[in-house]
Amino acid sequence: MAAAPIIEMRGVSKWYGDFQALKSVDLTVNLGQKVVVCGPSGSGKSTMIRCLNRLEAHEEGVITVDGMVLDGDTRHIAAIRAEVGMVFQQFNLFPHLTVLRNLTLGPMRARGMSAADAEERAHHYLARVRIPEQADKYPGQLSGGQQQRVAIARSLCMNPKIMLFDEPTSALDPEMISEVLDVMVELAGEGMTMVVVTHEMGFARRVADTVIFMDAGEVVEAAPPDAFFAAPKSDRTRTFLDKILSH
Amino acid sequence: MTRSRNHFLIVGLALVLAGCSGNWGWYVISPETASGRTNLRFLLLGFELTILLSLLAMVAASLAGLVIALLGLYGNRTGRVVNRVYVEFFRAIPVLVMILWVHYGLPVVVGISLPPFWSGVIALALAESPFIAEVFRAGIQSVDRGQGEAADSLGLTWRDKMRYVIVPQAIRRVLPALGNQFVYMLKMSALVSIIGAQELTRRANELVVAEYRPLEIYTFLILEYLVLVMIASAGVRWLENRMGGADGRPVLARRQGWFARRAAARQKGEP
Ligand SMILES: Nc1ncnc2c1ncn2[C@@H]1O[C@H](COP(=O)(O)OP(=O)(O)OP(=O)(O)O)[C@@H](O)[C@H]1O
Ligand SMILES: [Mg+2]
Repeated sequence: MAAAPIIEMRGVSKWYGDFQALKSVDLTVNLGQKVVVCGPSGSGKSTMIRCLNRLEAHEEGVITVDGMVLDGDTRHIAAIRAEVGMVFQQFNLFPHLTVLRNLTLGPMRARGMSAADAEERAHHYLARVRIPEQADKYPGQLSGGQQQRVAIARSLCMNPKIMLFDEPTSALDPEMISEVLDVMVELAGEGMTMVVVTHEMGFARRVADTVIFMDAGEVVEAAPPDAFFAAPKSDRTRTFLDKILSH
Repeated sequence: MTRSRNHFLIVGLALVLAGCSGNWGWYVISPETASGRTNLRFLLLGFELTILLSLLAMVAASLAGLVIALLGLYGNRTGRVVNRVYVEFFRAIPVLVMILWVHYGLPVVVGISLPPFWSGVIALALAESPFIAEVFRAGIQSVDRGQGEAADSLGLTWRDKMRYVIVPQAIRRVLPALGNQFVYMLKMSALVSIIGAQELTRRANELVVAEYRPLEIYTFLILEYLVLVMIASAGVRWLENRMGGADGRPVLARRQGWFARRAAARQKGEP
């Protein structure tokens, strides 16, 4: 695959008050690559991927997404958000709207699609995430796994070039995790560029091109999954892997 | 509408009926005499202005309150200052003073004098808007942060985010509080009688002056407001059912109370 970086972070730092949440983070993601990010709680994983669609603003360094520099320019932010889908740990579906309206809102308002086109697309993606029959329900009437798949479909309806996932399975009951991961694996197979914060190491092994370990706001290690799991270079990575792989 | 309120009404009616003897003189509004009918009609016609006054003022106060709340929550420094000053200032003015100022003071400044009805609408809306602004502020703040983030990540503009995601959820949450404010509004509208708008209280006052039966006429006036407030409560409940609860789901399943029991009974074929 032609190595065209679609995401580039160079020396990105971010502070919450006095607390430095990101310490000069570098990250390069090429078109079609899948990057899995792991690390202990509070290490800055969410902060990092939320900087990629400017849900958080970074203070130092340069972030380029799809050729556009993420600075304060609101036009850049809007353009980048239209190309970058995001799936949250807590799903964040709109509870007052039906599943169908959840899926059509973005395409209609942010992409200017007609209702008919947006609905057609919504039904297409609902079928893809294997819940074609739930279009008229409200999110609260679905199981957690179904809600997360709706959330994935909602992002896909925007036809994004990049998908960000922030612990998409952490809020799910164990028996629902695989139904969500299956959808993500399928998406990866179709060549979507993905940045996934997760502790599902099976998923990382199967799908990732690069696994990144973060600790205390730093990228400690970045390696292909084979090398990452077999021979982690840093002690911190090893300790972390021992902890999460032991159960 | 709750059972206890029905009881309240029954007790009220019983009191009134008990008053049909002794010192009470219900003839003044008795539907059985020609003059009683005229008086009764005169009083009942006040519903129109009381309802219109309260509804218009409530709508205006809600729109103003929403704008003020959004200014306070999302505005720049100036917006936040405007919000604080507006809320603190208008909250401090007694409603009666506001009505007098708008009706007698404002025309001196702007050069047009308004009919009492419109002065009343403006004054009530101004008096109520800071409270509604605070209700909306709390409602918007209670919407989960993730909702706004999801809307942002879809690339919605700020306006669309507010319009389709945040405000609809906030309104559902504050509907009971808004209903409460509307009940206050109905009662506050009585103060507009002072500038001569022919709403319920004004008409009662005028009839008392003409007939000198304050006990009967003011008792009747109380019943008129009681009916209005009961209808308003039922209306708010109906809206809540229609719009869904805080989570946005329709709350038909959660329906309780008199209407629901009646509806259920009717479905089962009971009278
Ligand atoms: N809005 C905020 N204000 C202040 N501090 C914050 C804020 N958001 C995050 N932090 C802090 O920044 C650090 C990194 O947070 P972040 O959410 O990125 O961690 P994480 O790696 O995603 O952790 P987790 O696995 O728990 O989700 C944490 O110490 C957190 O307390
Ligand atoms: Mg996190």
